[in-house]
Amino acid sequence: MDLANTSLRQLASALHERRISSRELAQAYLGRIERLDGELGAFITVDPEKTLAQADAADARIARGQAGPLTGIPIAHKDIFCTQGWLTTCGSRMLSNFVSPYDAHVIEKFAGAGALILGKTNMDEFAMGSSNETSHFGPVKNPWNLAKVPGGSSGGSAAAVAARLAPAATATDTGGSIRQPAALCGVSGIKPTYGLVSRYGMIAYASSLDQGGVIAPSAEDLGLVLNAMVGFDARDSTSIDRPAEDYTATLGKPLKGLRIGLPREYFSGGVSSDVAQAIDAALEVYDRLGAERVEVSLPHSALSVPVYYVLAPAEASSNLSRYDGVRYGHRAAQYADLNDMYERSRAEGFGPEVKRRILTGTYVLSRGYYDAYYLQAQRVRRLIVNDFREAFEQCDVIMGPSSPTVAFGFGEKTGDPVQMYLSDIFTISVNLAGLPGLSIPAGFGAAGLPVGLQLIGNYFSEGRLLQAAHGYQQATDWHRQVPDMARA
Amino acid sequence: MDWEVVIGLETHAQLATHSKIFSGAATAFGAAPNVQACAVDLALPGVLPVLNRSAVDCAIRFGLATGAAIASRSIFARKNYFYPDLPKGYQISQFEIPVVSGGTMSIELEGKVKQVRLTRAHLEEDAGKSLHEDFHGLSGIDLNRAGTPLLEIVSEPDLRSATEAVAYARALHRLVTWIGICDGNMQEGSFRCDANVSVRPRGQSELGTRCEIKNLNSFRFLEKAIEYEIRRQIELIEAGGVVVQETRLYDPDRDETRSMRSKEDAQDYRYFPDPDLLPLHIDAAWIGEVQARMPELPDAMQQRFIEQFGLSLYDAGVLTASRSMASYFLELLPYAANDAKLCANWVSGELSAALHREGLEIQDSRVSPRQLGGLLKRIQDGTISGKMGKELFDILWREGGEADALIEARGLQQISDVSSLEGIVESLMAEYPAQVAEYRAGKEKVFGFFVGRAMKASGGRANPEQLNAVLKQRLKAE
Repeated sequence: MDLANTSLRQLASALHERRISSRELAQAYLGRIERLDGELGAFITVDPEKTLAQADAADARIARGQAGPLTGIPIAHKDIFCTQGWLTTCGSRMLSNFVSPYDAHVIEKFAGAGALILGKTNMDEFAMGSSNETSHFGPVKNPWNLAKVPGGSSGGSAAAVAARLAPAATATDTGGSIRQPAALCGVSGIKPTYGLVSRYGMIAYASSLDQGGVIAPSAEDLGLVLNAMVGFDARDSTSIDRPAEDYTATLGKPLKGLRIGLPREYFSGGVSSDVAQAIDAALEVYDRLGAERVEVSLPHSALSVPVYYVLAPAEASSNLSRYDGVRYGHRAAQYADLNDMYERSRAEGFGPEVKRRILTGTYVLSRGYYDAYYLQAQRVRRLIVNDFREAFEQCDVIMGPSSPTVAFGFGEKTGDPVQMYLSDIFTISVNLAGLPGLSIPAGFGAAGLPVGLQLIGNYFSEGRLLQAAHGYQQATDWHRQVPDMARA
Repeated sequence: MDWEVVIGLETHAQLATHSKIFSGAATAFGAAPNVQACAVDLALPGVLPVLNRSAVDCAIRFGLATGAAIASRSIFARKNYFYPDLPKGYQISQFEIPVVSGGTMSIELEGKVKQVRLTRAHLEEDAGKSLHEDFHGLSGIDLNRAGTPLLEIVSEPDLRSATEAVAYARALHRLVTWIGICDGNMQEGSFRCDANVSVRPRGQSELGTRCEIKNLNSFRFLEKAIEYEIRRQIELIEAGGVVVQETRLYDPDRDETRSMRSKEDAQDYRYFPDPDLLPLHIDAAWIGEVQARMPELPDAMQQRFIEQFGLSLYDAGVLTASRSMASYFLELLPYAANDAKLCANWVSGELSAALHREGLEIQDSRVSPRQLGGLLKRIQDGTISGKMGKELFDILWREGGEADALIEARGLQQISDVSSLEGIVESLMAEYPAQVAEYRAGKEKVFGFFVGRAMKASGGRANPEQLNAVLKQRLKAE
């Protein structure tokens, strides 16, 4: 079976028609991981024994005729999702010894669907990073060019899918952590509306922004996986209870008359020319598909990066307080007293980027600074939300680049955090507003590296976003282009 | 110098919900360490809080009972600090917008009623416990209590003495147990107070510097700690010193307060709204639902007892000291022909004494309202004397049974019929002719002698009034 170009739907048919067993499929992917991941670094943990046991159960379920669309299909999970009996590290030394005693809601949902856990993917430490260079387990490399970063923080999931080490992978997105690595690795990725995917068991970075989602080769694959992943969960107070939706139902519907909003601010510099050209070409495809262009404005979008870097660290500084070495996780071997234990355990357990954000967050919440930073940022956040609300009165989908550049080299931005933070300039405002966003491959830029087109929708418009992405993917074959590694 | 004392209390009432405020774990006291701590209480990576509506019910109840404002929208905030028994590294509490604001409590001092204003009451979670003994120099952590719901009730600085502070704490204790939101068990820490104490020269309007005394878990300690602190502050100022704002701990063994940390060491808790919890919305329907299940409140019932039954303020206060006391009284009344005064006397007298002697609460009384009512009925109809009633009560308390059966079996009925009494009196007069003569000669003191003899002869059962009448009549007769 050609795993480089087989959709989830095709895999499901092959399984249902018994042309391949789940065990064989799992073995094929596990074999690829074994062969290729030493170089790529996309996985933190694989456990073939567990995966194959699940495959056997899935095969039995298929034999009983009780299979669903994902039964027997191996899916990789970002190592931010707590997985019972599996190491769940969040890319950190702090949790490098943490075997979760429980499953995240997302993991339960996939178990219910009969999908297999293929392994746990590498990520920036506690999802803080845009290049996957902050992982305690080493960087992930970009399958298109091993000297380039895969993006982050879901770099492991994006690289694994791009190299076809997994047919699909879960991921999370707090400021662009699904869409930016999807763009840099030439795959598709969706961050749903805040509240659609339960955060229970998804290790928190910034609670008001974190949202689980999927990375896969195509929009159709995203829809199939999203169907299994979305659902109300009473254990997450921000989970939204609404009727189930089939995210593949809109696929194939024509795009004629679709109003595409083009924010002035996304097309006025700050984007490298190769990316700009690819985006222009993509928009021309939409012209041919009968969509209309509408110029819109998101006047506060320039403030999204500073607002994000106040709010996300503020929440993170508190969310990460539980890692104190008392109950689980890393504890320093030697310490003089309680405070020394805290200080050493946290100094040793967290990497520099996590520390930077904890310090920033602690600062902006401190007495005397709270109003000027945290409250002010919340006010601007509301302005950003309003920008989108007004824009969506004029259009159905907003489009622009997912990332201002194609994949950059290792170490290129690590010395300058602000440059690194600007990698997410087009994605962050979507999290601040809680909107759904999607990135799809839209050709190649400099040095043959992939460019991602970002589609932003109104709340709960995932169906329409996937429809728009699928329409484009029916008219182009960028999403079928794979790096050599995928064929290896 | 004449000093005025200014006291405000912050009281933590553990709410009597079955499960914790943000998790499904049980809240029962006394389980083995850490068995009542679930993933959420342990603050495992990825877990999230979900608000327990029963805890909100309790807060609404309290707000209604004190005439406070119940916020239609309130916010949970994180109070950030590190401590080993605080698993998340922050406590979920309420900061800027609490669920309950304002309200008043009535306290009673020497027959006078004073209104104490409440500032606010907010919901929060309790921390676990650090155990510093039995671990060979290490500390143990028990997270069973972590996440137990608390209502922190803050009073205005309206209290002017340790006595007033204790009266307020008692009134608050009565109220929270009465409305069923707290079991009130102070030994187990279900109800504990922090006292903010300051002094100022009488007549000065601005407040003196205050000290906060933490974690007072008995009314006696509350009183003693405040008294000590008042003395300390006055002596300090009069000796030319200044009071430093600080947190102090009361040491009951040495009866003194000691500095725990000064204001300068006070932590910056970096409060901010908890992004894991939505704002708490309470609509009129929810409040109405709670209101509908609200019992008659103690102050109202006390007033009703005074008006309806003609009881004194004191008696009505005793009978409404707790809801179970009041229920006992109300259950007893119909068994005793609704003689409220008689019932009140017996409940606050014999019954309370017996309960006190054995350290029992009224709900554990060995004599039920029906049993006591059976006894009181026989006092009312003259079958037994009051004195005999007390003896009978002791039997009921020790051995159980029914008043009527015991009276019958043990022959405890009063002898009220004239002919039987006449028989007794006549045989006495025959036995003591000299004394009869003395009486008739005008020595009326001898009357008492005959009463005593007659009582003895009747085995204590002679109806005293009837006996007196018969004696007088017979002794006078020439």
